[in-house]
Amino acid sequence: MNDVTTTVVGFIPLLDCAPLAVAAEKGFASAEGLDLRLVRETSWANIRDRVVVGHFDAAHMLAPMAIASTLGVGHLKVPMAVPLSMGLGGNAITLSLRVWDAMSAEGVAVGDDPKTLGEALRRVVQARERAQKSQFTFAMVYPFSAHNYELRYWLAACGIDPDRDVRLVVIPPPLLVDAMREGQIDGFCVGEPWNSVAVSVGAGAIAVPTTAIWGLSPEKVLGCRLEWAQRHPDRLQALVRALYRSAQWCEDPANHQELARLLAEPRFVGAPADILLYGLSNRLRLVREGELCHLPDFYVPASHAANFPWVSHALWFYSQMVRWNQVAFDVSHVAQVRATYRPDLYRLAVAAADVPTIDTKIEGFFDGQRFDPDDLFAHLHSFDKK
Amino acid sequence: MSEVRHKSEPSLRVLIVDQNVTRASILEEGLREAGYTQVTVLREMHNLLRRIVDIDPEVIVIDLENPNRDVLEQMFQVSRVVRRPIAMFVDRSDTDMIEAAVDAGVGSYVVDGLKKERVKSVLDTAISRFKAFNKLREELDLARQALDERKIVERAKGILMKQRGMSEEAAYALLRKAAMNENRRLSEVAQSVVTAASLFK
Repeated sequence: MNDVTTTVVGFIPLLDCAPLAVAAEKGFASAEGLDLRLVRETSWANIRDRVVVGHFDAAHMLAPMAIASTLGVGHLKVPMAVPLSMGLGGNAITLSLRVWDAMSAEGVAVGDDPKTLGEALRRVVQARERAQKSQFTFAMVYPFSAHNYELRYWLAACGIDPDRDVRLVVIPPPLLVDAMREGQIDGFCVGEPWNSVAVSVGAGAIAVPTTAIWGLSPEKVLGCRLEWAQRHPDRLQALVRALYRSAQWCEDPANHQELARLLAEPRFVGAPADILLYGLSNRLRLVREGELCHLPDFYVPASHAANFPWVSHALWFYSQMVRWNQVAFDVSHVAQVRATYRPDLYRLAVAAADVPTIDTKIEGFFDGQRFDPDDLFAHLHSFDKK
Repeated sequence: MSEVRHKSEPSLRVLIVDQNVTRASILEEGLREAGYTQVTVLREMHNLLRRIVDIDPEVIVIDLENPNRDVLEQMFQVSRVVRRPIAMFVDRSDTDMIEAAVDAGVGSYVVDGLKKERVKSVLDTAISRFKAFNKLREELDLARQALDERKIVERAKGILMKQRGMSEEAAYALLRKAAMNENRRLSEVAQSVVTAASLFK
């Protein structure tokens, strides 16, 4: 039987906190015997610290953040456990109208593929360099985030060195749109609803949904201290099961209106419901005057085994931490990274037909690159050659 | 003993990043009392990184309600932006200090390589002043609540006096009796009287 104490879970106000909100509000948590209390946080650093000191039992976490904690990169070394992925996709790269107009002059149009768009951006960046104008500034939300790696991957694959040719900064999601409007930044990579908010106020255009960079790419995870997972196996199992069921509820189009209204409340995301609905229904307005554009699998809360914590995701994130010099490669890291993701705990909690029986898969990217987790060393080596 | 330490400290440049003016002043004052003379307070978050580079602090203290904390986190990573790497807390094994800081709602970042003994008193001051501020805020909330409650009781008394022709003492006694009988707070009963009166208007 589960113990009766309250389970406290921290989250950041973003579209993909949806399964947590639904677990707490639609009875999925209580159906598992959980007394779930959600705490809204203002920064990813707070999420990490409050998990570390035990204020939170678990949290809505950036996947690479859990890995960084396990490895002790950038902060204390506290082994984390990731028993569930909070869904796939939901991010996009939005560019300011100034950048977008310059790219349009290079002949690109809304909805073009990432390669075409990235190469146009490279030409714009090069022209600025020749004209000795200041570099573009792009923002993401945290150094250890899928946003950082997806943005860098896209830029690098299109011939733009993210460390040399542009300036990358961190800005919290709710402040991004204003920063773009004020001309402080020229683009950003963030989760919904902030891309759609930028479009709706006429600050920018959505250029690339990051699922177009890395197909079915993961985003947030449920993370907790390994020690907590070991001490409360029943509670963790109940939480994973509740979130799995909530995620299915979130994906059902019949619930999207209700979900958008729930998330619109200030205690959750606090953004307009009609804008939250764009991401939920995979229909986004890429430019302000544009039609709603159907982007299949833009945000996937449940299907395609979206909640399964693929170990190949963790290893790809680690490869990017090495690639961008956040950590020096160490062979002992590999086992620690693998051990952070816990498909075994997921399988214990979720007995469904669609649960994968393997822990890793080959990940595919827009530039034709494939990441084979069994070939991590070759992959890391390939960065040196570029 | 403490005087000796104070004499060696003033070279430490401390930056306080806090949008709460009162709290920032309380901390600034605390640090000055402890002998830190080079204290800068940053309330304007615009272009934060740039300004930190200009101020070049050795210790940064930030309130944990501040979303800009993640901006500071990036300074672990980008030596390109800041001259010296900055890390959170001095000693990575110092979990007690982190716990105390997070409990108090304050975070701090220090220039890598700074000795623990040199920074500890800054962190201790930050933690104790944040705690003091939290206590002040709680007391203020309680005082405000008490004032609100007293106001609502006054209004309920007024209604009873007017509508039932009672004296002030009798009106108060009636409210208290109702509260005791129903096992509710006096202010709750008073609130029901005020609500009911507004419905019967």
